[in-house]
Amino acid sequence: MPERIDFWGIPHTWGPPEVYAYGIMGLASLVLLFRLYQAVSLWWRLGRSEKRWDQLHIRVWRLIKYAIVQVRVLSQRYPGVMHIALAWAFFVFLWGTILATIHSHFITFLRGNTYLIYKLVLDLFTLVFLVGAVMAAYRRYIQRPRRLTLAPRFTYSLVLIVVIVVGGLAVTSTRLAVERPEWAWWTPFAWLVGQLWLSTGASDQALLNWHLGLWAFHLLSAATLFVTLPMSTMLHVVTGPLNVFFSKLDRPMGQLAPQPQTSAGEPLFVTSLRDLTWKQLLDSEACTECGRCQDACPAFAAGTPLSPKELMVDIRTALRRDGRTLLKNGNGSDKVPALVGEVVKDAILWSCTTCGACVRECPVFIEHVDTMVDMRRQLVNEGRMDSMLQEALANLGRYGNSFGQSERVRARWAQTLETPIKDARKESVEYLWFVGDYASYSTTLTDITRKTAEVFQKLGLDFGILYDGERNAGNDVRRVGEEGLYDMLVHRNAAVLSRCSFKAIITTDPHSYNTLKNEYPREVLDGRPVLHYTELLDQMLASGALKFTHRLGYTVTYSDPCYLGRYNGVYDAPRRLILATGCQLIEMPRCGDRAACCGAGGGRIWMEEQAVQERPSEARIREAVKLDNVQTLVVTCPKDVTMYRDAVKTTGYENRMAVKELIELIHAALC
Amino acid sequence: MSQDIYVIIEHLRGQIADISYVLCAAARQMAAASGGNVVGLLLGHNVKDLAQDVAVDRVLAVDDPLLANFVPDVYQQVLANLISASAPRAVLFGDTSIGAELAGALSVQLGLPLVSYCRNVRADDGRLTYVSQLCGGKVMVEGELPAPTALVAMVPGGYQAEQGKSTQPPPVETVAPPALAAGRITLKQYIEPESGDVDISKEAILVSVGRGIQNADNIELVRELAEAIGGVVSASRPVVDQGWLPTTRLVGKSGKRVKPRLYLALGISGAPEHAEAITDSQTIIAVNTDASAPIFDIARYGTTLDLLDLVPVLTEKVRQAKQ
Amino acid sequence: MHIVVPVKLVPDLVEELVIDPSGTTLDPDTLRLQLNEFDGHAIEQAILLKERGGGQVTVMAPDVEGVDDVLYTAAAKGADRLIKLCGNFGQSVNNHAMACAVANLIKPLQPDLVLTGVQSHSDLDGSMGPLLAAYLGFPYVGYIAGVTLSDGRAVVRKEYPGGLVAEMEVVLPAVLGIQAADQPPRYVAFTRIRQAMKTASIEEQTVEGLDVSGGPTVSRMYKPEAAARATMIEGKPDEVASRLVELFRELGVL
Ligand SMILES: Cc1cc2nc3c(=O)[nH]c(=O)nc-3n(C[C@H](O)[C@H](O)[C@H](O)COP(=O)(O)OP(=O)(O)OC[C@H]3O[C@@H](n4cnc5c(N)ncnc54)[C@H](O)[C@@H]3O)c2cc1C
Ligand code: SF4
Ligand code: SF4
Repeated sequence: MPERIDFWGIPHTWGPPEVYAYGIMGLASLVLLFRLYQAVSLWWRLGRSEKRWDQLHIRVWRLIKYAIVQVRVLSQRYPGVMHIALAWAFFVFLWGTILATIHSHFITFLRGNTYLIYKLVLDLFTLVFLVGAVMAAYRRYIQRPRRLTLAPRFTYSLVLIVVIVVGGLAVTSTRLAVERPEWAWWTPFAWLVGQLWLSTGASDQALLNWHLGLWAFHLLSAATLFVTLPMSTMLHVVTGPLNVFFSKLDRPMGQLAPQPQTSAGEPLFVTSLRDLTWKQLLDSEACTECGRCQDACPAFAAGTPLSPKELMVDIRTALRRDGRTLLKNGNGSDKVPALVGEVVKDAILWSCTTCGACVRECPVFIEHVDTMVDMRRQLVNEGRMDSMLQEALANLGRYGNSFGQSERVRARWAQTLETPIKDARKESVEYLWFVGDYASYSTTLTDITRKTAEVFQKLGLDFGILYDGERNAGNDVRRVGEEGLYDMLVHRNAAVLSRCSFKAIITTDPHSYNTLKNEYPREVLDGRPVLHYTELLDQMLASGALKFTHRLGYTVTYSDPCYLGRYNGVYDAPRRLILATGCQLIEMPRCGDRAACCGAGGGRIWMEEQAVQERPSEARIREAVKLDNVQTLVVTCPKDVTMYRDAVKTTGYENRMAVKELIELIHAALC
Repeated sequence: MSQDIYVIIEHLRGQIADISYVLCAAARQMAAASGGNVVGLLLGHNVKDLAQDVAVDRVLAVDDPLLANFVPDVYQQVLANLISASAPRAVLFGDTSIGAELAGALSVQLGLPLVSYCRNVRADDGRLTYVSQLCGGKVMVEGELPAPTALVAMVPGGYQAEQGKSTQPPPVETVAPPALAAGRITLKQYIEPESGDVDISKEAILVSVGRGIQNADNIELVRELAEAIGGVVSASRPVVDQGWLPTTRLVGKSGKRVKPRLYLALGISGAPEHAEAITDSQTIIAVNTDASAPIFDIARYGTTLDLLDLVPVLTEKVRQAKQ
Repeated sequence: MHIVVPVKLVPDLVEELVIDPSGTTLDPDTLRLQLNEFDGHAIEQAILLKERGGGQVTVMAPDVEGVDDVLYTAAAKGADRLIKLCGNFGQSVNNHAMACAVANLIKPLQPDLVLTGVQSHSDLDGSMGPLLAAYLGFPYVGYIAGVTLSDGRAVVRKEYPGGLVAEMEVVLPAVLGIQAADQPPRYVAFTRIRQAMKTASIEEQTVEGLDVSGGPTVSRMYKPEAAARATMIEGKPDEVASRLVELFRELGVL
């Protein structure tokens, strides 16, 4: 009966092989543990505290789903398959080793059919690994996608793991060549390689000697992996799962962490690595440099200096370079480059649209946006921003809108409506419509805002607006990093809302929607829902309260606004409405949670335009015009209308593509 | 005490400033009502022949090397003497970087009332009334011009420079300056404006083009027009994006805020990103084929002609008018 | 180096201006006040000078609605001393009266430099700077964009129309009318202002004997009639062009 034999073919000349094999690996493990401890203690001790221990069952579940099964990695086919092949092969090898150890010291069970299956699985995964390794090499060195860095540290890791696995294969196959057992075909791949050894005509003794040499080499290369893991790119096998385990659970994606505070209760601004939390530092250590975030980043695509991947790498480099010095100095003077401004340049921070694509894409759950906003807060505190943003913020502070117009004319668009809109401050309403700045003040959007009101009126909604009582909801003010101003705006809006009687808030602007829904203090809403108008109309469609009289018959495509789709998961409601108006919907390649950003978010719409190769909005228009027959781009955000109507002009596609707010379709199909 | 109207003739590096003619125009009207003469005060060095075309009854020229360039405290000494000696009905200054500070200082030094931001002076049965613009021109105020002597700082807009010009050189009387001493302010040097592209935020006349221009070749038409009126070409973003004009010429949210006296908007729709930056213009004239374009909400005058039809004709007419 | 910056608040032009029924002033109820833009530059310039060469900055403003915000914002930027001028500041108080009273308060502070905004849009009787300088007996230079200090002197860049700049040297103490600070006024984050409210204190000083006599009196205030929409010029290109040339003439651009 076949059975696993420990240390087959290893002579006892220098004592029992267990001793030096375990000795070497034990030593390597000690070095590994010590170095890991050093690495962990760096971010753990340097970073501020943050609670990420709660809800263990969800964390464990995430660990299984994203670190072991790796569903996010798999969401991109080639790199997904490649990584799964490598990672799972290593899981299997790890388990193989563990089982072998159990077998030799505790329960002898690797015999008979169990053993044969054991061998078969290990053998097959060797093949799987090699396929993965070839795919990896082909991708990094031949395909060379832009998102991957070509640096020796990646080659080192790839070569090392290939050497280990090929070494293991060589050991097994030389053994098979000597033993030539009848079950050899249970390890088909190793047996084939064994045929190769046999074909050399070497004597059994010679093969035995080779086996010994290969075995020793395999042992040492495995030890090398252990010893160098903490400084190599393989570290991600530890930090990646850790980061997934500790990922954010306490708040929805659309809610930023509040401004950190010092122990004295003063606002704390991020100026050095010390001011980030241990989790934010861990993020940087966990980055695998896979570049998925960079690929998805509209700011990077536009040619701005921002790459979310490089951001993480920069923080990590600084952590490894300056971390010890900072730890030693306590709170003393730092002779290390400033985190904000030097390690991460101002222009990088200001390039982000906070679209969240990076966060959505990252296989190890890195939270780029939160860290970036934390650093922006420091820039704002120091007044380091361009003059347009400065003016917008000053206007928001003074008038409650970025347009710098009087709040008294906020509802001027409503003056010409046939049926006046209720003043929600004076009468109770069922739906309180929070109109938002762009829809209220931008003269190019007035028509759309009026149509929205007309649709609501036609449907017999009992709704009202806040007139001059409304202020900018503050979503982007917060994301710009002006937390104090955000608080003030929340305070003003909350004060008005607390005096109104309503059952739900409806918004037309996804940005207002996000912050009202996810960030406003609980007591303001008091359990009442915040809905995007598409959600409400979709409900009415389902209940039969909304019926269309015309079929429009357009062929359209739809661009999900970041703060409606990715941030709040509203994907289906607008699509059902589009179909209900009698339009045919053709999706763009980047849609749903991968929808591309228009470039306006995170306060970018208030900032000076950077020198870019291609504006994000223009890239999006080019994506849309590639679709056959599509003449209309449908959006559900007033800023999108502004951005894309501009972009169809600048790309010269004005005659080819119309940009419509969904409410315009609904209005047309209804009235 | 006299009923004369004094006018400070501003000049800079050998050139009479435009505002001086506006002052003369106002002064003539005032003198007609008060029954006095218009007297131009010309301070400088070797400036006797500078005031050839100002419409005044006579010029009092004070010549001294120390007055060669405008230095506030030295000029103030000279003017204080002249004004207190003859106590005219009014002294007109330009509300400029020369006139404004002289007027303020003299007002306190001589205890004379000062009216600023004055656009017009009206004569109602012999009484003089000032009309000033406050709040950036959003509000007008008027009242009796203080007597017996008032200092008035005037802004352009109420009179045309032409009205203050004369073809007859006025008699020039040179007055000896008082014993002058350099004061606590000294001029060190003049620094020329940076060459390079023009700064559209400082230009007085902008001929601005939008997408209505259709293609790069047509820009030339507009350039000719701008040249004819003595203005500069600016643009909306699509035009700059196409590379037809440099970014330095961009008006709007992503470009510059402008405040010219005349903003001629050719084929510009008046999107808010553009419109917000031109609201400080004194007069906007829009040419746009679409009668409902928002630009007409902020323009003072408009026409719905095709700009390609209008511009060449307009250029020709402007050229003729200039001759 | 002690720099004093007297500032004032003026009507915010973003708001619709309403004329009081008396017909001679603005309706105080709908009026919203705002720091005079150029005074904002004067504060910024003072702070920049302090940052470069050290010294103390005192900002003073009359006690009208919104003054606390203005003063605390100045403190958040780096002003050391805040003075609120208490008294009866109706719209009838003219700049001569203010300047005279403020000069009396400034004298005992013995400043090296007084910075004011070059003008404000409500200066019917002249801007503060030259008046203040005259009452203080200091030299004055206005329309300044750029100041450097060196042993008892200020070297300033005075702007003339068309971009020409005169570099002048002024013996201190002096009053300067700032048109633009060396850098545009910085943004002050709300948190900073809130912190300033906790740490800075506003001194109150009473202003007495505001004498408005002798200045220009207002008998009527009104709004120039604004055409809601453009006046359209109709006709053939030829006719329209002729009309435009006439218009150019009237506007004084030809
Ligand atoms: C974030 C952001 C920033 C922006 N910043 C700026 C900025 O700084 N500056 C800026 O200008 N824009 C800016 N825009 C763009 C702005 O929204 C408008 O798209 C742009 O101003 C439109 O330019 P336009 O008026 O030239 O073109 P259009 O809007 O296309 O208008 C062309 C006009 O010309 C008229 N026309 C056509 N043919 C003729 C003819 N033969 N004779 C007469 N009239 C004719 C048409 O009726 C139309 O009204 C910005 C947009 C965004 C989203
Ligand atoms: S949020 Fe969007 S713009 Fe910002 S780094 Fe991530 S992908 Fe790029
Ligand atoms: S941040 Fe995440 S997505 Fe981006 S490179 Fe690193 S691991 Fe990949």
